[in-house]
Amino acid sequence: MLVRYRGGEGMLAWAFHRISGVAIWLFVVLHVLDIFLVGAAPDVYDSLLGFYATPPGILMEWLLGAAVLYHALNGLRIIIMDFWPRMTRFHRQLWYANWVVFVLVGVPVSIVIGGQFVRSLQRFFG
Amino acid sequence: MSSVYSRSGRIKPQGSRSELAIWHLMRLSGLGLFVLVLSHYLILHVLYDPAEQDAQWIAQFRWSSMFWRAFDWLMLILVLFHAFMGMRVVIGDMTRGRLRSLLTSGLYLLAGLLFVLGTFVVVTLPNVVPAG
Repeated sequence: MLVRYRGGEGMLAWAFHRISGVAIWLFVVLHVLDIFLVGAAPDVYDSLLGFYATPPGILMEWLLGAAVLYHALNGLRIIIMDFWPRMTRFHRQLWYANWVVFVLVGVPVSIVIGGQFVRSLQRFFG
Repeated sequence: MSSVYSRSGRIKPQGSRSELAIWHLMRLSGLGLFVLVLSHYLILHVLYDPAEQDAQWIAQFRWSSMFWRAFDWLMLILVLFHAFMGMRVVIGDMTRGRLRSLLTSGLYLLAGLLFVLGTFVVVTLPNVVPAG
């Protein structure tokens, strides 16, 4: 649907913003509940953190970071266009600028999280 | 042919003061979260390895200062407003009538519950002073 509907960059920017937003909302619900457990049931919190530190948990952490970074950058793009309407003319260029920053920030962060992933594999097999 | 814009800019909510206020607050909370959430992720997921954190680490280290408790509480307030008002838009786009009001009420109830639970733990968690 996303590929065949010829909405162009603006439509993709909107779709990614919504998908990442719903995903972040889901994690926020989980994350507030798990932090509540730090006081109410520290043992349960620690075992949940045990899951976060497994390879699938780290993969989730990485995807969450990507969703947050995209949503944050595209959110800035939305704010720029809403408070400076003439910038809507350059909405595509702004979206490409988002991806440039996304890659520049995402690559070093991915290297660090890649290290966490390797250590989680070592814990799993070691 | 060069593109012709009959109107420049995106549509703002019209005819409702509260909808316009929410529209502004979404952008304001978004700016706040840009700083708070990205630095939260940078500190706790990049500079520190999450595998080295547990409940004791939070009680002894992370929440040993009022600054980080206040930081996290402000982030809680902004993220609950922003995420739940965003979900309200999603529900508004996808549902109609009774289902929409039912889901929206459930959404507000969940947001209220998370605010109470999150505020409770950030205020009441005792600061454990590490031995030695």
